[in-house]
Amino acid sequence: MEKMPKWADVLLTPLISLVLAMAISALVILAIGESPAEALTTMIDGALGSSYGWGFTLYYATNFIFTGLAVMVAYHASLFNIGGEGQAAMGGLGVALVLLSLPLPHWALALPAAMIGAAAFGAAWALIPAWLQAKRGSHIVITTIMFNFIAAAALNYILVNLLRPVGSMDPASARFPESTHLPKLSDMALALGFEWGDNTPVNISFFVAVIACILVWLLIWRTRLGFEIRAFGKSEPAALYAGISPVRITIIAMLISGGLAGLMAINNVMGEAERLVLNAVEGAGFIGIAVALMGRNHPLGVFLAALLFGFLYQGGGELALWTSIPRELIIVIQALVILFTGALDNMVRVPLERMFMAMRKRGA
Amino acid sequence: MMDLNTVLQILDSAVRLMTPLLLACLAGLYSERAGVFDIGLEGKMLMAAFSAATVAALTGNVWLGLLAGLLGALMLSAVHGIASITFRGNQLISGVAINFLASGLTVLLGQKIFGLGGRTPSLTPGAELEAQVNPFRTWLSGVTGPDGAAALTATPRFGEITLPLAETLRGVPVIGPLYAEVISGHTILVYVAFGMVPLTWWVLYRTRFGLRLRAVGENPASVDTAGVSVTRLRFAAVAIAGLLCGLAGAYLATGLSAGFVKEMTAGRGFIALAALIFAKWRPWGALGATFLFGLLEAVANRYPNLDLGIVTVPSMFMNALPYILTVIILAGFVGRAIPPRAGGEPYVKER
Repeated sequence: MEKMPKWADVLLTPLISLVLAMAISALVILAIGESPAEALTTMIDGALGSSYGWGFTLYYATNFIFTGLAVMVAYHASLFNIGGEGQAAMGGLGVALVLLSLPLPHWALALPAAMIGAAAFGAAWALIPAWLQAKRGSHIVITTIMFNFIAAAALNYILVNLLRPVGSMDPASARFPESTHLPKLSDMALALGFEWGDNTPVNISFFVAVIACILVWLLIWRTRLGFEIRAFGKSEPAALYAGISPVRITIIAMLISGGLAGLMAINNVMGEAERLVLNAVEGAGFIGIAVALMGRNHPLGVFLAALLFGFLYQGGGELALWTSIPRELIIVIQALVILFTGALDNMVRVPLERMFMAMRKRGA
Repeated sequence: MMDLNTVLQILDSAVRLMTPLLLACLAGLYSERAGVFDIGLEGKMLMAAFSAATVAALTGNVWLGLLAGLLGALMLSAVHGIASITFRGNQLISGVAINFLASGLTVLLGQKIFGLGGRTPSLTPGAELEAQVNPFRTWLSGVTGPDGAAALTATPRFGEITLPLAETLRGVPVIGPLYAEVISGHTILVYVAFGMVPLTWWVLYRTRFGLRLRAVGENPASVDTAGVSVTRLRFAAVAIAGLLCGLAGAYLATGLSAGFVKEMTAGRGFIALAALIFAKWRPWGALGATFLFGLLEAVANRYPNLDLGIVTVPSMFMNALPYILTVIILAGFVGRAIPPRAGGEPYVKER
């Protein structure tokens, strides 16, 4: 018998966790002498009050959908991929190499080519930790942390010494050719005859991210491979008994995970910066952890949680602009969301389960 | 070619740079030996660095700063303990949360207290620091008299200690300068850190507490069967880890540097974690591993582009080397590193 109804598990626990995280964030805002209500209105106005705000919110959300899906897929195989940051950074390198080396005449050709580059580089960066976990038993959390740092150092070297155009002081690649620039949502709105989100970076990658959510849902719950990943994640001995190879599943799940993290680069590198800059990922890889936890490792949940974090990110920027609250507040909120939805899950869940059990007894 | 002087300077700098790594590494050692993974070393160190620098800047007393640093790290340890021991949550996720919590809170609180964009005032004597210390000094002189207050608020950071005979022995070839330059002339926390190595060895391998601690990381059920509380042991280990991270952070902000700046730990918590694996979860190994990583950092600082004749090694490679070496060690090609068996698993008491 289920301890509590499914809706409570899927909706109530993350909501209560979110409320707890927000309540403590409000206390932090009070502690630094600001008004939580005012902070919230500033954030809502700034992130959702105009098409300009929405444009940024959706842009950030696009990044977080990719990194959230990346964490989610690995999590279903009970692998904790903390390496999204490095994999997304490497995805950026893949995008830059494709766009700077191939003469692609139109964005419609450049986008799939860049996607292949992004996913391939992201997946490649996840491959070594995956292989080490599968074959040598090296803990994936530690190796992916190490690979984040190695990626940062490698990109630093590549940008400063190899990709930087002659005469430029910036540690950044050359600009991508004009023909490869992705259409912005604001351009698409204009083409349809109305003004929306002028000067915002949200671009066609947002739709790619939405499609990725659907494909990941199909993969995990509607394919044989997805079944194997979930079976392996639930119980390795059972999966082994059923003839599922742990090595194969570990490596495939991590390749998909790394590829999804890498795909983020079509949004931030190709869509926004239109060149590869230092530290282009800006922590989105880590936010993927919060997004996947908050979204209960379901693509729809990931989508909604990514929107929430997109809102927090854009709202946090506005806070720093209009109030004396530093934008680091969102890092605190992010930490509290991870803490309550991830590590303190039992604290929220167990009392809820007891409550539902008691209610059921009384009903029976 | 490098002369003796350069070698000594690099070694001296390596000793300074390895100290926070060593303290954090030993912190991780206690926690992980008791079966609690701790990837929140970075956050605890950062929180300690901030609390230590803040209180030192407000009181002009580094010892009060140290106390605050210990408390700051201990607070985050409590969060980790409650999440991963009491509520049997995922220890890795809790560690990630703690790192972010420290990263955000330090800037938020620092901006509130000092309004300097997240840094604390510099702890070197000067007008900036005087302005901060004055209110406390005035208050204190009501209690201890002006002279006492002036004396108590005059040491905002740890001073360097010259060991006995350092100058007398300097003339002795090799050993003399080595003693005077590399071994002598550090702050007290450096010596505390080095002292922690034999102490940790003794505690782990020669005391009942140490035996139980190791047992709880390998097979908690056996400890439970013997009638010893797994929860209490693990909380003790996590608290010790907090105190050691507190020392590491306090050293960073009030010994190695003079004040706190945003994100000043700069990945040291993760290098310490790497060193712990390198050391195969053993105290003397921790000394060797952190010395190696401290040396790498010292060399990278000294020679941003190390010219080895055939190839030039960029500093980025030197910075990444601890991580690369750790992955190689983890892969088990050179001496396999086997973590404590019950690491990362919450203990569920049988009923």
